[in-house]
Amino acid sequence: MKNTVELKDVCKSLGSKKVFRDLNLAIPAGVITAIVGESGSGKTTLLSLINGVGFADSGSTYVFGEPVTSENLLQTQRRIGYAVQGAGLFPHLTAEENISIVARSIGMKSDLIKERVRVLLELVHLEQELLKSFPHALSGGQQQRVGLCRAMMLNPSLILLDEPFSSLDPITRKALHSEIIELQKATSVTIVIVTHDISEAMKLSQRIVVLKDGALVQEDSPENITSQPANQYVSDLLGAMS
Amino acid sequence: MNFLLWFFLLVQLSLVSFASDPIRVGSKNFNESYVLSEIVASLLESKGFEVERKFGLGGTLVCYEALLASEIDVYIEYTGTVQQAILKGSKSGSSLEEMSELLGEEISLLPPLGFNNTYAIAIDKDLAADLSIKTISDLGRFPLLKAGFSLEFLNREDGWPNLAKTYGLSQNVVGIEHGLAYRAIKNGSIKITDAYSTDGDLKKFELIVLDDDKKFFPDYLAVPIIRNDISAEAIETISQLRGKIDDETMRSMNAKAVIERLSFDMIARDFLSIDGEIKKTYKNESFWQNLIKNTITHIKLTSIALTAGIFFGLICGFFAYNRQRISGMVLYLSSLMQTVPSIALLALMIPIFGIGEIPAIVALFLYSVLPIVRNTITGLRSIDPVLKKVVVAIGLTERQQLSQVLIPLAMPTIIAGIKTAAVISIGTATLAAFIGAGGLGEPIVTGLALNDVNLILQGAVPAAILAILVEFLFSLLERLILKPHMRQGLNPN
Repeated sequence: MKNTVELKDVCKSLGSKKVFRDLNLAIPAGVITAIVGESGSGKTTLLSLINGVGFADSGSTYVFGEPVTSENLLQTQRRIGYAVQGAGLFPHLTAEENISIVARSIGMKSDLIKERVRVLLELVHLEQELLKSFPHALSGGQQQRVGLCRAMMLNPSLILLDEPFSSLDPITRKALHSEIIELQKATSVTIVIVTHDISEAMKLSQRIVVLKDGALVQEDSPENITSQPANQYVSDLLGAMS
Repeated sequence: MNFLLWFFLLVQLSLVSFASDPIRVGSKNFNESYVLSEIVASLLESKGFEVERKFGLGGTLVCYEALLASEIDVYIEYTGTVQQAILKGSKSGSSLEEMSELLGEEISLLPPLGFNNTYAIAIDKDLAADLSIKTISDLGRFPLLKAGFSLEFLNREDGWPNLAKTYGLSQNVVGIEHGLAYRAIKNGSIKITDAYSTDGDLKKFELIVLDDDKKFFPDYLAVPIIRNDISAEAIETISQLRGKIDDETMRSMNAKAVIERLSFDMIARDFLSIDGEIKKTYKNESFWQNLIKNTITHIKLTSIALTAGIFFGLICGFFAYNRQRISGMVLYLSSLMQTVPSIALLALMIPIFGIGEIPAIVALFLYSVLPIVRNTITGLRSIDPVLKKVVVAIGLTERQQLSQVLIPLAMPTIIAGIKTAAVISIGTATLAAFIGAGGLGEPIVTGLALNDVNLILQGAVPAAILAILVEFLFSLLERLILKPHMRQGLNPN
């Protein structure tokens, strides 16, 4: 199995706090991997190493087989879709402008942009009329769908989802879960989803990585994690599942 | 030798008749200084010199610095002030010649005009009668009488601190603009103030001068202070005023200005017995002409300063906002800037930029930078951290991040900063008149000197209207460039 992301002996501190000490981790291509852990476990820092928002203090981070450097940073970032909790839409831009912001800045032709946006909206079941709306006029679910469209606009090879569903109501969340699964099946894109909710991880992913205090606790399929939790912490996480 | 001397004299004379450089006459911003400077200016004009008037400069420091910087050629100073404020009390009691020498090669004092306008302590006539106060010593019996002194008097060697020491006075003291002090006495908010012994206002406000029974105050003989590089002819002409103005003459001329509201021009002509045929560089403009001229100057000063402030403030802000240490330093420096009193900042500009519009613009620029830098930095920093993370992660160049997302998001705060800067500039620009930059401060400064509320209002009201208008214009601008939902939740500033 080819790996989309590989971390080798990565150390990373934020201020005086050591987040990772010699972390080794591989994210396989073409599946959904869930990173599970409590807040402070290093989930979000891990994503920021992958999409180049932060750099490791030592060790190496390979994305698409290449180390992330300041030279290839923009190229790499444009191949990674990124969606966050609460959607993170820019309030001064319409839904359409939010989706196409990077496409426009790299000079993609406007009719190509229009067509791509139309396809994406269909994919996430959003009405075309919403394109001219500003984020504040959209519901939480609509905002998150627009956020997903923005993440997918440049047809990325990797999508990073940072707690994307945690501020949504259960019904919307469930609908979006199935959309993500569908979308992944249709495009076989690699998806990494960060969540503190292990049941969400179970539903969505083929692979689960459990982090605690910046250390890798267990990395396996949902089935194996359920049947053979590596330690008490994983058992507790599973026990807390509703 | 004799021949050479004559030759030089002839050259000097011819230089006078063909002089292209006008003699620049300055004045301080109080009544008597205007009157005396107008007399000097009119006298020079009556002898065929071209004269440029730079009146209403803000106090001894501004005038003297302007003289040193060769922005003016002559103004009337007082011997006591030269000793205390300019020579800082070194060798007090020295003669006119000694003082002239101490002032250096470029500056000289001409013979005194005659009168002695020493500092005096004034109180209300009725109050003095009621409490039978006649001398400054008598004040020692009434430590509860509140005193309001001009800031200059409060800080001078021969001012309040040493006066209080000499007479053992312990009154409660506040600082007050000299032009406002008499009003404050009339409405009872202060009881004692400093005055000048030739002050025409003393009569008008029914104040009496207390006897300086311990002879504390030094002489304040009025003397022309000049730059030595003006022509010998001009020096000769100004020297003709030697001994011509005694205390009574000065007091009555002051009263003519303050009480009878005669123009300085008329008082000077009357004194010099000049008829109206002399070519005047001084124009008598109507109320509206003045208002329009002052408003245009005011707008010019503030708009140039503000444009530069916006340009510099934004660049500083963009550069500094994500650099912790630099932005801390920039914010600190600009706050420091803001704590420098406007008039002090204006005075500090003189040695570098002289007097007039340029130092005023530079000072206004420095003031307007702070709110713009501060709001740019705060605006950019207070953007939702999630959005900041997203904008870095999605593959935009640093420039695109700023132009497409960060600046538009910070825009409401930035515009608020520019608005604040504009309003502050319009207010501060009224002080620019103290360094001869004109604008709406001009009638205010003259009005303060003449104790003329009407004149003060002619500057203050349009300045206030201008500030309100600018505020309104910026609100309009906000409406134009910010979408409605971006205007809500504006960072309060």
